[in-house]
Amino acid sequence: MHAALRHGPLDVAGVLARVARDGAGASSVFVGTVREQHLGRPVVRIDYEGYEPMAAAELTGVAREVAARYPETCVAVEHRLGTLGVGEASVVIAVSHAHRGPAIAACAETIELLKRRVPIWKREHFADGTVDWVDPTASSAVGAESAA
Amino acid sequence: MRVLLFASYADALGAPSIDVALPAGGTVDDLVRAVRALPGARSVPPQPLVAVNLAYASGDRVLADGDEVALIPPVAGG
Repeated sequence: MHAALRHGPLDVAGVLARVARDGAGASSVFVGTVREQHLGRPVVRIDYEGYEPMAAAELTGVAREVAARYPETCVAVEHRLGTLGVGEASVVIAVSHAHRGPAIAACAETIELLKRRVPIWKREHFADGTVDWVDPTASSAVGAESAA
Repeated sequence: MRVLLFASYADALGAPSIDVALPAGGTVDDLVRAVRALPGARSVPPQPLVAVNLAYASGDRVLADGDEVALIPPVAGG
């Protein structure tokens, strides 16, 4: 199990390497990236802010919980904080298991729990110069926040 | 009692933390009421997420001197 916050670019191959096991027959990777628009408005960059000690603890808790729910998986997750441009990775999750089913399911569950619990926020900078904190609970965002 | 603020709540209240007077035996709900009475706190809902000592806490949690308390806006990681 590995969980960490980073202040620089994420290394997808490095996170994947953390779950490499001789007994693994499958590794599933999720990469969340900054999207070029939000609800149709062009986005140029996003600031990620975290309550860092708690975010680190919750990220670790999520990884532990997923590893417990899917026995024999190996889980690694890293989340980036700071200012990210379009296309940059904000989160990388890798899960390995002897078989693909648990690897894929555990990877999917990790991002869902992370988005629900880990105290990290994003402030979008739009092309028109305005900025706004993303609120997934706002009515306009329901159903529109399915991507990371 | 010092209350940590983040993201939209910090913007709304104009600071990354605020000090709130809380009587002995005061709960998370009492603290939230005190915060919501402050100018600019309209965006803080009646029952926001609150963390005590780095873990989510319920409204009836009694706060003690030395607790690290934070108001948690809707999270948006990923």
